Amino acid sequence: MTDLEAVIGLEVHVELSTETKLFCSCPNEFGAEPNTNVCPVCLGLPGSLPVLNQRVVEYALRLGEALHFSVPPSSLFHRKNYFYPDMPKDYQVSQYDEPICVDGVLEVDGASIGIERAHMEEDTGKSQHVGGEGGRIHGAAHSLVDYNRAGVPLMEIVSRPDLRSAEQARGYVTELRGVLQAIGVSDVKMEEGSMRVDANVSVRPAGAAEMGTKVEVKNMNSIRSVGRAIEYEIERQSIASEAGRPIVQETRHWDEEAGVTHGMRSKEGSDDYRYFPEPDLVPVAPTETMRAEAVREVPELPAARRARFVGEWGLSPGDAKVLVDNPALAAFAEQTVAAGGAPKDVANWCTGDILGYLNETGGAVGALPLTPDGLAELVGLVGDGTLSRNLAKEVLATCLRERKRPKEVVDERGLAQVSDEGELATLVDDVLGRNSDAVSDYRSGDDKAKKKKRGFLMGELMKASQRKGNPELLNKLLDERLQAG
Amino acid sequence: MSTAREIAAMVRGGERTARSVVEEHLAAIDARDAQLHAFNHVMRDEALARADAIDATVRRGEDPGPLAGVPVALKDNLCTRGIPTTCSSRILDGWRPPYDATVVERLAGAGAIAIGKTNLDEFAMGSSTENSAFGATRNPHDPARVPGGSSGGSAAAVAAGFAPLALGSDTGGSIRQPASLCGVVGMKPTYGRVSRYGLVAFASSLDQIGPFATCVDDAALLLEAVWGHDPMDSTSIASTPETLDSGADVQGLRVGIIEELTDVDGIQPEVRAAVEDAARGLESAGAKIDRVAVPSCTYGLSAYYLIAPAEASSNLARYDGVRYGLRVDGSDVADMNARTRAAGFGAEVKRRIMLGTYALSAGYYDAYYGKAQKVRTLIIDDFRRAYGSFDVLLAPTSPTTAFEIGVKVADPLAMYLSDVCTIPTNLTGETAISVPFGTGAEDLPVGVQVIAPALGEPLAFRVARAIEEVAGGWRRD
Amino acid sequence: MPDRISPDDVRHVARLARLALTDAEVDQLVIDLGSILAHAEDVAALDLTDVPPTAHPLPLENVLRPDAVGPTLDRDEVLAQAPDAEDGRFRVPRIMGDA
Repeated sequence: MTDLEAVIGLEVHVELSTETKLFCSCPNEFGAEPNTNVCPVCLGLPGSLPVLNQRVVEYALRLGEALHFSVPPSSLFHRKNYFYPDMPKDYQVSQYDEPICVDGVLEVDGASIGIERAHMEEDTGKSQHVGGEGGRIHGAAHSLVDYNRAGVPLMEIVSRPDLRSAEQARGYVTELRGVLQAIGVSDVKMEEGSMRVDANVSVRPAGAAEMGTKVEVKNMNSIRSVGRAIEYEIERQSIASEAGRPIVQETRHWDEEAGVTHGMRSKEGSDDYRYFPEPDLVPVAPTETMRAEAVREVPELPAARRARFVGEWGLSPGDAKVLVDNPALAAFAEQTVAAGGAPKDVANWCTGDILGYLNETGGAVGALPLTPDGLAELVGLVGDGTLSRNLAKEVLATCLRERKRPKEVVDERGLAQVSDEGELATLVDDVLGRNSDAVSDYRSGDDKAKKKKRGFLMGELMKASQRKGNPELLNKLLDERLQAG
Repeated sequence: MSTAREIAAMVRGGERTARSVVEEHLAAIDARDAQLHAFNHVMRDEALARADAIDATVRRGEDPGPLAGVPVALKDNLCTRGIPTTCSSRILDGWRPPYDATVVERLAGAGAIAIGKTNLDEFAMGSSTENSAFGATRNPHDPARVPGGSSGGSAAAVAAGFAPLALGSDTGGSIRQPASLCGVVGMKPTYGRVSRYGLVAFASSLDQIGPFATCVDDAALLLEAVWGHDPMDSTSIASTPETLDSGADVQGLRVGIIEELTDVDGIQPEVRAAVEDAARGLESAGAKIDRVAVPSCTYGLSAYYLIAPAEASSNLARYDGVRYGLRVDGSDVADMNARTRAAGFGAEVKRRIMLGTYALSAGYYDAYYGKAQKVRTLIIDDFRRAYGSFDVLLAPTSPTTAFEIGVKVADPLAMYLSDVCTIPTNLTGETAISVPFGTGAEDLPVGVQVIAPALGEPLAFRVARAIEEVAGGWRRD
Repeated sequence: MPDRISPDDVRHVARLARLALTDAEVDQLVIDLGSILAHAEDVAALDLTDVPPTAHPLPLENVLRPDAVGPTLDRDEVLAQAPDAEDGRFRVPRIMGDA
């Protein structure tokens, strides 16, 4: 039997984080009371007309720059005609054969993934299905429509079918999300729907030039579920293909709970969208000024930032990725380094205890009770030997809990590490004197007993020093005494 | 009867109250609109209240504006806040827009008084105002005949003295053709001159709002009050318009008579004669007259009847029973949509939605809609060539005078042919004005059309005034 | 040149256009659309390979508005126009029939 390979292309919709909607001045805002962010334009009232939001064009050009798209001299809006109650005009204003961005590319773990196009379009409203099981559309008695989201600006980013595995698809979405976040055009929250991913999945004999039958998978609401859904779909198609069953071209719905995809009924003729140029809008022809502005507005992108963290900070690629995948945390780390923290130590704290704290509390980096300055101070205290790493962890925990500066905590609790060799030698002699049994057991014991007794004595030493004794020095002094006997 | 300019001057000067002006026009409406049915809705109380407010302004020594106290009739596809706006369709039954069209706001700002909403062919689709869900409008010159359309209510209102001014919309001749049939002045500005915000769309790339008046000067006065850039309309022209007080001097002007339109099939002899007589009049006023060929004009009708329905099929999709207007219940949302639209739209609207949907559908786009857009390019190029040798062009407005109610209802193509002379200007986006030029058989009014290049309104008005002067002394026997 | 329009074509187009048509209307539309499209054949038959399409009579481009929040409508006023509303939202019959 020949090996099968998966061919995957992704369509990613992102809501742009503008102040207002795509074609009207209603607030673009998540979570408002239903049907309050509406006006004649986004409600599609008779007589209303669209006017394009300048910021959306700026964001689209910025995206064009960040993903190495070419931006043609002119692009057009078209109407995509189909009936749906959450679409107030019963057509969607979108871009068709003249999108603003064509032919881009994104590097994902060493592979160049082609991006066919990115275009601007309006979002739909939201329907709530009532009377059915679990709010599902099937079996619902009726639906309630809220048009607050109608007209919110979207960019649709369509990859080429260059992805070969679920993992690579996940990597693409993660990287794309990082780029979108870095250039500040979207808050890319999959849970809130501000980033939505549809996958086109097919399988074919490995190395074949022809594409298999394409299935579109929808309704994944996290990067993890994108991976799971694609994984499942590849498996499903592979089994069918190996059993000689035909694969139907269709749209399938990812069921997160059941971990499976379901086929969706498609209505006859529903895919004849009768695109034609939107006569209420005029072409967008980016000027040199607009293009130059976009170039200026693109900051360092995740790939470059990772390379810098590896090259200049000495991080492992893995740590660099953890940090860069969390842009707010990376920014915190950068500020800490700017405040004088040693980069590698800063990164370790950030990807370790601080990330742990954030995950545990669910808090945002911006709300951390510790400033970058404070973390730099902590790193300095470890660096100059004032705190052991273990004590520093405690100090950090206290800082986060009580909103204090590290030095404050150290002073309040007298936590500074004791590194005076004379003082520690007295302490060691004292403790060994009090535990002479253990010392003789050590001396007469086998390797196993030696190890055990030494550990006990070290514990006693830490206790006696109230955990402030410099562990390195205590170890050295203990070994000297034990071997001297 | 006073002109709008005279009325405004008297109201501004305190010689006449706006209330007396409105009362006089309401009385005319009361006397005859039951017969003519120019109005879908008379804004009696609102108009009187507005009149009192304007009179108060005058008493305070302030100027209410250039249209102070002048009643204006509004085609019922212009949105008026809180006032029914039906497009003469059942599907918009009961709808009261939550906003005013830009032109309605501008009229108010100029001191004008909206006196009512006028009847039209449903969604402006028609040439006779017979396709109204609320009944046909009749021609004031002969109530057995149509007033033309689709702005037949506005044309009839001005012709019957219900209002000195009216606004209409012109997608394929819907201002000029009824103006011609009702013996008034009707004008389509350059596409983009007047904001379409608040005009319920028929065919977005062709629709344009324009004035009706009893004389050319009044039409200019009304256009000056409503035109100019509007940030709410992306297709609104940004340049500041010049004055339309452009006189009537045609000395040395080169005027071309469009052969294809003057010799069009089915043209009535008196219509052709009116064009020729008007040309002779202009010649004696110093213009240079010649005939000009604009060959692609003949494709205009076909191109129009693909482009306009295609855009309309999309523009009218929103009438789905969800957010406003009529709803007929159904088993699910698609069924509800289909039943609502079946019950809410009249036969002509359904015909055009079907035609337009077909022309855009998979497999037919290139042959129909795509081709029609290319024909549009041909026509634009032909007109551009004509303007190489001529300053303005002359043509009939309608091939015929007003026809009898009912005679063309069963034959859509015959009805569509009424627009053959007006359509090319909608396709090119240029400006054109229809000026009454005497009467033909059975004393029915005839109009002559002046066509000028884009942004050529001052020129079009100049030639129109000259024709009006010629017509003033003219009386065919 | 496209084929002559059939009753099935009319029904298909009616589905796209969400129009519930009676059989009599379908028959009439076969005739009407047929004759209008026959008239349009003069256009459909033209060879216009090298002619660019005109979507719009105006040569405008880049008409943009600043990203600044403006007024919104009052919800009660909006919903007062709705054929059916519930809970601050527009109420519609079920969106799909049972699967």
